[in-house]
Order: sequence, then structure tokens, then C-alpha cells
Amino acid sequence: MLKVKSVHTYYGNIHALKGVSLHVRPGETVALIGANGAGKSTIVNTICGQIKPLKGRIEFQGQPIEGLAPEEIVRRGIALVPEGRQIFATLTVESNLEMGGFVHRNNHRQVREDMTRMYDRFPILRQRSRQLAGTLSGGEQQMLAISRALMSRPQLLVLDEPSMGLAPLIVREIFSIIEELRREGRTILLIEQNARAALQIADRGYVLETGKVVLQGEGNTLLEHREVQRAYLGKGAGQIVDA
Amino acid sequence: MNRKDWLLFLGVGLFIGVFPLVVLQFKAVSHYVDVMIFAGIFSLVCLGLSMLMGFAGQISMAQAAFFGIGAYASGILTSRFGLNPWAAMPVGVALSASVAWLIGIPTLRLKGHYLAMATLGFGVIVHIILGEEVEWTGGPSGLVDIPGLSLFGRPVTNDVHWYYLVWGIVFLALVFCLHVIHSRVGRALRAIHEEETAAEAMGVPTARFKLQVFVLSAVFAAVAGSLYTHYVTCLNPGSFNLMWSIRFLLMVMVGGMRSLWGAIMGTVLLTFVGNEWLQVFADFEVLIYGAILLVVAMFFPGGLVSLVPRWPGPRKDPIPAASDGGS
Repeated sequence: MLKVKSVHTYYGNIHALKGVSLHVRPGETVALIGANGAGKSTIVNTICGQIKPLKGRIEFQGQPIEGLAPEEIVRRGIALVPEGRQIFATLTVESNLEMGGFVHRNNHRQVREDMTRMYDRFPILRQRSRQLAGTLSGGEQQMLAISRALMSRPQLLVLDEPSMGLAPLIVREIFSIIEELRREGRTILLIEQNARAALQIADRGYVLETGKVVLQGEGNTLLEHREVQRAYLGKGAGQIVDA
Repeated sequence: MNRKDWLLFLGVGLFIGVFPLVVLQFKAVSHYVDVMIFAGIFSLVCLGLSMLMGFAGQISMAQAAFFGIGAYASGILTSRFGLNPWAAMPVGVALSASVAWLIGIPTLRLKGHYLAMATLGFGVIVHIILGEEVEWTGGPSGLVDIPGLSLFGRPVTNDVHWYYLVWGIVFLALVFCLHVIHSRVGRALRAIHEEETAAEAMGVPTARFKLQVFVLSAVFAAVAGSLYTHYVTCLNPGSFNLMWSIRFLLMVMVGGMRSLWGAIMGTVLLTFVGNEWLQVFADFEVLIYGAILLVVAMFFPGGLVSLVPRWPGPRKDPIPAASDGGS
């Protein structure tokens, strides 16, 4: 469904992506893990059109999408749950959802239906529908950000660090939501620093280091991999930390 | 429009409607009608600016320049070429809109306050042109012999008629703007203001929306400029310099950035302050403006409009009374 082929992206002089290739098949959940500065968010921004790659191709459903404007990419069916949630704090919860359905401007009924569906999935959002989104808790904001992304009826859902800045208990809740989305058969690209949680629910995973894919494989296989355990799960380095 | 808007509409409309009837009873303040005509003209500029600042989150330092383009286009076309004012106005509006469009295309693609910088330069350029192109604009000594307006074949000479004409146009513009901000586009604009990247990720064509609002603000300014020209019937570049652009910004900020009503309140207040109550301070006027801005920023960052009492019952208006103010 999504194919990223040896993409190079620069931030000014910084060579942030040095020929990254990855793909996501329909119905698959793919995790992209890596440390700070590995280029995870750069990949997201490149896929979603916020930055243009210098070289390489990005194909979505067989069509090249590199260089398209972000709004066009949304229309093609990629929705983003941005890093740090980025909900519209001074808009109501309901308006946030309406914004999510922005690309379906001419289909008011569909937007209404989808909104009801989101409220059924997250009843807390229905309770808070008239509240300003900025007054929600971190976990609720993340639910809102996910719902908002789903409102565009995406073929591919990209989640950028959904666990960032949330309490461990809430992180678990967010991951069970992602797990649920996966079971519904959605196609998901999950970018995470929390390697263990991400690989546990992913079908496949990629490990990114300084702008390159250094490892790839099935989620469980990667979890068992010695390098991954050492570098990202804190195992085998003299002391075992189990979170 | 929501309930709060309707109530404000009623209240402000009533006030504007009876204002001349009341002040004309008192000789000492009868010229307030004239001040209010200016306030109405400036309100038109500030409504556009409020859309741009409060809703699209962009700052323009060139509203006086767009005001000037509208004014001089009308002035030159009517005084030198004998065009009817109502025919000259659209020319000024078109000119102003296309210039805004040209400035906006490159600058509004960028995130951040590049528009403020570009318009700062542009405003200065326009002011210089108005002062130097003596053959066309009359230069520093100004443009004279500009005809007044006629409506339905009758010249508008009476101040009270001017008053209702100007404020009628202001209300039309206000209704239009209120519709825009309560529409899907308005929500998208606020989303851009809030989180531009996220708005893009929702599929909002952010550059295009910002550009449209900027052009709208230039259109409003040009209409105001044209009205101004035919009201005062003489023009001088001094009314269209950077100081005036800053004054327009101040009017919007004092009234309340995120409210169109605030823009009108701020404009009326500062027009009275500037035209009436501060004349005695002459050159120190700027200091007083600084002090006003300081007080507003410190004590009621939501602007004058935040002092309007809220009505009981569930609040539907998603705009918080206190915003983060000038950024």
C-alpha cells in the first residue's frame, strides 16, 4: 500500500534521511522505532508532505505522492496523528472532529455518522463534546487526535509517537486502542520510541538509526533480536530493566 | 451567528442607530457624528485586519497602504479622469486585491510572521510612491478637487446621511465576516491559527486560506479608502503611512483580537481618542498609544470585548474570552 523507496531528505544542511526504504502492506501494522534524532519524525513529515524529499520515491496505492501538498496527501487517504497530539486547543472537541472530516466537506451526513462512531468508541469524548479541547487530559487529547485522524476515513493511519508525554497507565490504554484498530483490519504505521510496546503489537518493524534502516523484520523477531534488546530495551547491558 | 452575536448585534445596532439623533441635540458634541463617520470607515479596515490577525493568525503592517491604494485610486480616477466614484471604487479594490495577492503568494506559503515583514516593507514603499509621484498623486501637498459621493442620483452632503451610509456598509461587512468565521472555513482558520501543521494534516489548504483572508482584508481596506476619499474630498500621503498601519493594529488589539465586535469597539474608542481627546498632546500621542496597549496587554489581554458581560446559560462560543494576545 505504501512504498518508500530510498528516500533522502535534508533539513538545510543536515542529511536527515539517508536512503530509507520501507513498505506497509494493506491491513498491516508496521512499527518504526529508533532513538531521538534517528529520523523517525522526518519520515513521517516526508510521507505526509510537510517536507519534500530530495531523492527517492514514495508510492501510495501505486501512485507517486512525493512532492504533493499535505492536503492532497490527506485526500489520497493518509491520515496523521501528529507528534504531541496537536489538537486544536481553543476549538471544542466537536469542532476538532469536524476539522478531521475537513476533506469530506460535501458529505455532511457522513461526517455526522463518523462523529457518532467516534463518540461510541470513546464515550468520554461525547461527554466532553462541547468542551474546549485544550481542557482535556493528555490521554483524552490523544483519543481525540486519533479520532480526528480517523474522521478523514484514511486508508493508512500514521501515528507519530502516540505515547509521548503520557503517564504509563495511559500509554497502556493508548496502545490497547491501537491494538483494537489493528484488529479491525486497519493499516497502521506506528512511529514510537517505546520500542517494546510498539513491537509487541506490530506485525513488522523497522529500526532506524541516524537516518538509515539498520534492521527490519517481524515484530516478535525484532523483540528477540540481541541488538534491539541491547539498544532499545535495555537488556543484556549488565542489568535487566523490565518496565 | 450564535446567540451572543445576535444580542451584540441588537445592542450595537441600536447604539449606532440612535447615536446621531442623541448627539445632535447637544451643540458641544454634535461634531461627534463626524468622528463616528471616520470610526466607521476605520472599522471597515479593522474588520478585515481582525479576520487576518485574530482568525488566520497573520499580521499585516500594510493596511494603511491598502487603504491608501483604495483612496488614491478613487481620488485620481474621479478628479483627473472624471470617473463616477462608484465606478472608481471597484478599480481601487481590484488593484488593492491584486497587490495583496502578489505579496501573499510567496509570504503566506511560509509558516511564521513573514507576512508582517513583507507588508512592513510594502507599506513604506506605497507611502513613498504617494509622496513622490507628484504628477499623479499631487505629492506631499496632496490631491484636491475630489468629488463627493452621490446615491440614487442625489449627492450625499449631509453628515448624518454619510453616517448611515458608512455604518450601513460596516454592518454588511460585519454580517459577512460573522458568517465566514462561523462556517467551516472559519473553523479551519482558527485551526490554522492554533496548530498550522496539524491543520495541514487534516487536509486544510492553509496557504490558500491565509491568502484569501489577506486579500479580503485588502479589499475591505480599499473600500474604506474609497469612502474616506469621497468623504474628506482631499488626500495627503500622511494619512497612509506606517503610523496608520500601526494604529489599525492597535485598534484591533485594544478591542480584542479574536472578536470582530472587539475590532469595532477598539476602532471607535481609538478614533475618539486620536481625533478628539488626545489632540492636546500633539506629538506625545504615540506615548499615550503605547500606554494604552500596555494596559490592555496587562489587564485584559482579551481586549475590550472581554469586558462585555457573559450571558448566563451554557456557553457555546468556543473562543475563550482571554486569548494569548499579541504574538
